[in-house]
Formats: sequence, structure tokens, C-alpha cells
Amino acid sequence: MGPIAKDEVQKAIERFIGKDVYLHLETTNGAYAARQGAMAVCAYIRNGKVQFHRGLITGDGPYRVGLKMDNGWIYAEGLTDYEIDEQGRLLLAGHDTEGRLAVALELSEQPFPM
Amino acid sequence: MERHVLAVYPHPDDETFGKAGTIALYTRAGTPVTLICGTLGQMGRNMGKPFFATRETLPIIREKELRDACSILGIKDLRLLGLRDKTVEFEDPEELADRIYEVIQEVNPSVIMTYYPGYGVHPDHNAMSAATVLAVKRLPKEKRPVLHCSPIVDNPHEVFGPPDVVFDVTPVLDIKMAAIKAHRSQSEVMMARWEREAAQSPEARKQFEAFMSTESYWIYPIED
Repeated sequence: MGPIAKDEVQKAIERFIGKDVYLHLETTNGAYAARQGAMAVCAYIRNGKVQFHRGLITGDGPYRVGLKMDNGWIYAEGLTDYEIDEQGRLLLAGHDTEGRLAVALELSEQPFPM
Repeated sequence: MERHVLAVYPHPDDETFGKAGTIALYTRAGTPVTLICGTLGQMGRNMGKPFFATRETLPIIREKELRDACSILGIKDLRLLGLRDKTVEFEDPEELADRIYEVIQEVNPSVIMTYYPGYGVHPDHNAMSAATVLAVKRLPKEKRPVLHCSPIVDNPHEVFGPPDVVFDVTPVLDIKMAAIKAHRSQSEVMMARWEREAAQSPEARKQFEAFMSTESYWIYPIED
């Protein structure tokens, strides 16, 4: 995984258009955030089965991704790094200055392992 | 000397951070240690510094780190429950207790190490320790192992009074540090911060060394 190459990510997103794809979408500030005076916040969905007909990566870094479905949207902000792995999965993540994951959006034609 | 120690934690690294010295002391004295690890810490946000893990490689990396840490600490019996990070509290507690109870029956521990029920901060910590209490309660009173618990609170002495069990882990500090380093994906951010602070102030270094060389536990009173 390395810094987002916008064109590569855009091409990868387009390969998933119109297909049944599995989504991992997540944001977190860590289970111990409350100990540092913040509120621990996390949400994730793993293996949501979705289909979208339009998808874009925007911004100048950190980046945003919006995927338009027939009846809704998938959205992530703060994405910094990407990888297209050997299984053809698109992995996008946003890391803070300490390298900790703050947001992730991943697409795969096969379910992600549990 | 303890007969057998059972450690029950939800994530790889829980057995090491704040507890590695204790485990190393047990195994060095010839007490066998069994570790039940609930999940593979799949949802951790630490990915190494600089990061080298992804959300998808993290469980594979963390399992390897856990096995390395176990071999450093002398833990020869590792049981993975195959649960998913952050979801332990949504499982059936009795089913989870069943699995812990089976291991208790098998290894007959004199001590169980776990987080302090209700004071683990991370919901997975509290769910695992609560299930451990459920499992221990199934034993007749005279056969129950003692629960050595770690609370995650800023001022445990004020909340719980003085600790019931304190280990000076100075003799095994090198083993403890090696186990912390084995959990590289999870410890690099923390170690970098400690080293930065220690380099800036001798006072911080002293505090850090004192913090690392003592491990304390509170015995959980099981009521029924």
C-alpha cells in the first residue's frame, strides 16, 4: 500500500461498475480515544453487497470517493493510500501522521474473509 | 509456585502489554502458561510506523506476531477462538464461557489472568473477562482458580486500593521488551513516542523504566 495515484484508483473503481461487489467501509478513532479526552467513534460494514453505476475519486489528497447506487450513496473522506492486491481487490485507506488507520474503503468481487 | 496459569484476552498483544514480564516470570519458574486469544485484532488502527499492514493483511501479520511473542514468553499452548475484533460483546456470553470453561477443565489452572471485569475500556476486554467470570462460577467454590485482573484506569490505586499481586519484572525486562517488539504492528507508534519522550527528559525516562519494571494485578472477588 502506498500514496494514492488518482488515475489508477479511478480506473480500478470503474472496473467494479455494474457488478455485484463486496464493500468494506470503516472509520475509527481507536477504542482508547475516550482515554485521551475524545469520544471513541467507530463504524464499519464488512461484506455489504452493493452495486453502483457511477464512481469517482476526487480531491488533491487526502482524497474522497463517492459511489452512486440506484438508491443511495457510498462515501468516504480522508483517503491517503491505496493498493490493488493480487486478488484484484481495491484497498483504500486514510492514515494519520502516525500511520494509524482512520478510514478505509475496500471493494472486492469476492467476499472479504471473516 | 503456580500449578498452571491461564491467560484469557481478546487481542494479540493483550498478553504482552503490561503483562509480558509476569508471564515470563511464570514460564521461567517452570509454570506452564496457556493463552486463549479471542480475535486476531483485525480492526486495530495501528499498522506499524511507518505503516506496513493493510486492513486485509493485519490479521495475518498479527497472528504471526502473536506466535512470535508466545515463543519469546515461553507460552507453549495457544488457543485461538476465531472471533472478530470489536464483536466479542455481541456474542452469546454463555457460549463464550463454554469455550473458556472447557480449557479450564482441561488445564486446571491455579491462576487466571484477564482484564478487570467492567474496567477494561475496550468492550472486547470487558466481554472476555465477563465470560471468564461466568466460566469460573461454574466451578465449585473450593476448586476455583484466582483471578488476577488488570484494570485500565488512570488511578487504579484510588479505585481499587493497593494491588493484590505485584511483580518486579526487572529480571525478565529484556524478554518483555522483545515480546513488545514482536508485536511490531501495534507497538511501533508507542515505542517511538516513549523513545522521543525519554530522549527529551531524564525524568520521563525514569518514569518509563519504573512503569515497565512493575506489573500489578487486582484479584476479582467472585460473588454468587
